Amino acid sequence: MIWYIGRRLLQMIPVFLGATLIVYLMAFVSSGDPIAAIAGDKPISQAVQDKLRAQYNLDEPVLMQWLIYLGNLFQGDFGIGFNGRPIMDQIKLAFPVTFRLAIIAIVIETIFGVIAGVIAGLKKGTLIDTTLLMVSLLVIAVPTFVIGFLAQFVLGVQLGIAPVNVGRDPSWQNLLVPGAVLGAVSFAYVLRLTRTSIAEVATADHVRTATAKGLSRGGVISKHILRNSLIPVVTFIGADLGALMGGAIVTEGIFNVSGIGSLLFRAINDGESPMIVSLVTLLVIIFLIANLTVDLLYAVLDPRIRYAK
Amino acid sequence: MRSDPRTARSVRPAAEHVVASLDETPLQAVDAVDTTTAPRSMWSEAWHSLIRNPVFLISAALIVVILFIAAFPGLLTNQDPNYAKITQANQPPSAEHPFGTTRLGYDVLARVLYGTRTSVMVGFFTMLLATLIGGVVGALAGYVGGIFDAVLSRITDIFFAIPLILGAIVIANRVDALNVWIVILVLGVFGWTNIARIMRGSVISVKNEDFVTASTALGANPVTNLVKHVVPNAIAPVIVTATVNLGVYIVAEATLSFLGLGLPSSSVSWGGDISDARPALRTQPMMLFYPSMALAITVLSFIMLGDAVRDALDPKARKR
Repeated sequence: MIWYIGRRLLQMIPVFLGATLIVYLMAFVSSGDPIAAIAGDKPISQAVQDKLRAQYNLDEPVLMQWLIYLGNLFQGDFGIGFNGRPIMDQIKLAFPVTFRLAIIAIVIETIFGVIAGVIAGLKKGTLIDTTLLMVSLLVIAVPTFVIGFLAQFVLGVQLGIAPVNVGRDPSWQNLLVPGAVLGAVSFAYVLRLTRTSIAEVATADHVRTATAKGLSRGGVISKHILRNSLIPVVTFIGADLGALMGGAIVTEGIFNVSGIGSLLFRAINDGESPMIVSLVTLLVIIFLIANLTVDLLYAVLDPRIRYAK
Repeated sequence: MRSDPRTARSVRPAAEHVVASLDETPLQAVDAVDTTTAPRSMWSEAWHSLIRNPVFLISAALIVVILFIAAFPGLLTNQDPNYAKITQANQPPSAEHPFGTTRLGYDVLARVLYGTRTSVMVGFFTMLLATLIGGVVGALAGYVGGIFDAVLSRITDIFFAIPLILGAIVIANRVDALNVWIVILVLGVFGWTNIARIMRGSVISVKNEDFVTASTALGANPVTNLVKHVVPNAIAPVIVTATVNLGVYIVAEATLSFLGLGLPSSSVSWGGDISDARPALRTQPMMLFYPSMALAITVLSFIMLGDAVRDALDPKARKR
């Protein structure tokens, strides 16, 4: 087990370096002159330009810039944003909001997705199954931003039971609707994965044995079917964390949530490369940790996988 | 039906069986296997089950209609999607404008019809590009193995760690003259990783099969083996994923356009139209409805097609 974790951590190093390098190149090299982006329409003096250039290490070659950036990163220093505030401080403000949003999304998609998937899988081919499948297809096919608009319009504007704009420092309750919208597409995928997996395991020999020896239906489902069919679902949810962070750009934009997504969207529009790189790097780190956690969870779910050696 | 010589044999007197004779039992059907013709291939079997599947028939019919609209949007409307007449803004449906007009005076029907072309083009060509990159990377990684596999797999992981929308946004925002082909390129570059992973897994499971060993024993070189024997037998799950991906890329393009980072306003895109319809949601909800509906139907068709193909290629699912 220790060896396995060690090997996985080693594998994460090149992925982390590669992903940050790509993002760095995309954000900096292709952006033209970032100093012009800071300045906007006002011309600024050569001296100020030179100072800014030195501050963001723009005089160095690109690879060197990236190495300096990484070096600072490991000391917990993301650099200074274009608005003069340290990027770390801005992230610290925005991160808890997006974190809550993502937690709500994951909890909603997991609970509802797995329950609906179990029902559909156990009753495969019935009316309930077909209905749930149709609902999942519809949720996948209608883009998140349309679902977001409708939720905002119906729940927020017409019924008035949810806030239209979430704003700064929102409570868990205020984030419920944006979180549900964010998790909607994944809910459909979880439903479909669980359904397929459950239907497959439900006809397996060990399930028949468990039923034959007199275990109650609930016991069979919770102890023998569910545990064996959750592995693909757990994999999906782990990998989904990255997609959720990407989706947060859209959801946070619609509901005006001041989280990582809004920060990123603003940074992209302003051409604020240091902020873009920092945020995407952060998202990559979260993604890698989530995937590692998922791999370790396998061992809990499936005793056959013990990562010996 | 073939005639079996044994069924023609008459029963002699006093030889009647109390139990039905072997000839009359259903077991005979087992004997009646036609061994003279070649067995049907996986693809032929899949096709036979596909054309009996209503999900496939519905989605295929929808896709034919969508492709037709994408190819000839001008046949169904005589309005120019890029012609906005401000004096005709916010009109309700009429004979001239069956879906009404937007708040800038665009004809909604024409926008929806011409938007089909953009979406289908982006979806289809991104799918081709992503499947090509992912297929080649995955097949090589799985087939060659060793260090080569480790390197390619890490590269795949690197791109997998950057979410599709995020990568596309960062690049798309940097390009000044954005057009359909650049959007396709950007989405393709960040959208190939799941294809590569599936292809790799599939190739690994196929490359140790007996027929590959036999081919090697007969003197085939590794390249021939990979191209002629391994890939054709490993490609089924890739086709399924690619079909579903097509829908995902269409949604991704719409999301980019929705964020204002996709195609310029001169090219008609459902995502952009949905974004434009937002301020008028309260007064003219149908402006939002039409492009959303077109987008949903298109994506739904490709997902359903992928589902049907998956069921057809999976013998276990087919028997039920």
